[in-house]
Amino acid sequence: MTTTDIAPLAYPFNTPDGLRLADAYERVRERSGLLRVQMPYGEPAWLVTRYADARLVLGDQRFSRAAAASHDEPRQSEGQRDSGILGMDPPDHTRLRSLVAKAFTVRQVEKLRPQVRELTAGLLDELESAGPPADLVDKFALPLPVAVICRMLGVPTEDRPRFRVWSDDALSTSSLTAEEFEASREELRCYMAGLIDQHRQSPQDDLMTALIEARDGGDRLSELELIDLCVGILVAGHETTASQIPNFVLTLLDHPDQLARLRAEPELVPKAVEELLRFVPLGSGAGQPRYATEDIEVGGTLVRAGSPVLVAVGAANRDALRFAAPGVLDIAREGNQHLGFGHGVHHCLGAPLARLELQEALSALITRLPELRLAGDVTWKSEMLVRGPRVMPVEW
Amino acid sequence: MTWNVRVDPQLCQGSGMCAGTVPEVFALDGERARARADGTEPDERVLDAADICPALAITVHDGNTVIGPRRD
Repeated sequence: MTTTDIAPLAYPFNTPDGLRLADAYERVRERSGLLRVQMPYGEPAWLVTRYADARLVLGDQRFSRAAAASHDEPRQSEGQRDSGILGMDPPDHTRLRSLVAKAFTVRQVEKLRPQVRELTAGLLDELESAGPPADLVDKFALPLPVAVICRMLGVPTEDRPRFRVWSDDALSTSSLTAEEFEASREELRCYMAGLIDQHRQSPQDDLMTALIEARDGGDRLSELELIDLCVGILVAGHETTASQIPNFVLTLLDHPDQLARLRAEPELVPKAVEELLRFVPLGSGAGQPRYATEDIEVGGTLVRAGSPVLVAVGAANRDALRFAAPGVLDIAREGNQHLGFGHGVHHCLGAPLARLELQEALSALITRLPELRLAGDVTWKSEMLVRGPRVMPVEW
Repeated sequence: MTWNVRVDPQLCQGSGMCAGTVPEVFALDGERARARADGTEPDERVLDAADICPALAITVHDGNTVIGPRRD
């Protein structure tokens, strides 16, 4: 009997109410070969849980994202979604990525640090003057990345309540039918198309204006690609960071020794952020399957051409073959080449910005609110691709 | 005419963008990228790789002139 004869295991494994990495990953990672899994919708897939295998699948051009469009892609929600730039291979992917990459390089993003620091301080001023208790998500974790990405892209920050709903829908899993999802995406596209029109009439010093110039002056992308790129940057630019800020705080509160060390040695903040990116499994499960374009052996399994492979980065980030004591949170960990931002051509565009925001947010919180603690139960987001608190009451 | 491609190991963060974009020119050694050979034939994709590197670790040289990453 070959492994393909065994009924695939239901996936994803992680539960939405918390940040645990499901025990099932541990068992899967230790056996040879890849595991067959079945997501709620789409065809069965191979699941990768080891670090070396993850880097192979994410980094090798023989695995295609674009091919997913012509298959019954494994997915969490009913409708098969056009994932824009995340659904492209080079050279199409490179064409779009190169239009936005320069705004997000380490050097370019570092110039934003004073602004981000000022925003962070301002939010904590408001938090302190209102007094405890406060919802850390609504008053801090969400407004910070929203303000940064809005300013960068050229979206009015005061529209947050409007695009928040659409953004939630874009990252939701099974709570929406395919029709509801389509309707919400069209509303968000219309909203963005309106902003693009405004920017066409009165150009600004922002990323949207630069992308309009690349379309109108250089014909380097279509109008729909322009709209979807702006939508993608807005959604991805805040949802993940807004989730990771409270996730990191919760994880540190769960590891008081590490939190105490960070307070004593705040120069460890950049390393602590890398370790938290490794340690906290953000996703409810792997998504964005890669399709093999030829027969390739991965981790002891022959993946046939045309088969989808899912990469569980949260599990790969705890692979003992790559990380010593992988289940231990060590904020001073060296050589921490985690996969929290993915790997290969789809490596997170906003990684330098996310790092900057997470570093500044964590620094400010541990310095300004040394007694920060939970003041009630956390309400978790449910049915979302990224995990994190929806409401997190804190006092200090 | 050949171009010279350099990857600064101090800056490289090992994102894998370059090796994914032009695998004939870039390789990942463990967790850092390197150019496979000293010289390479002119290829637009090599300039693209230099442009999209998040760490700006790649430079492309044509003789004494740095032609990538591009400035626009």
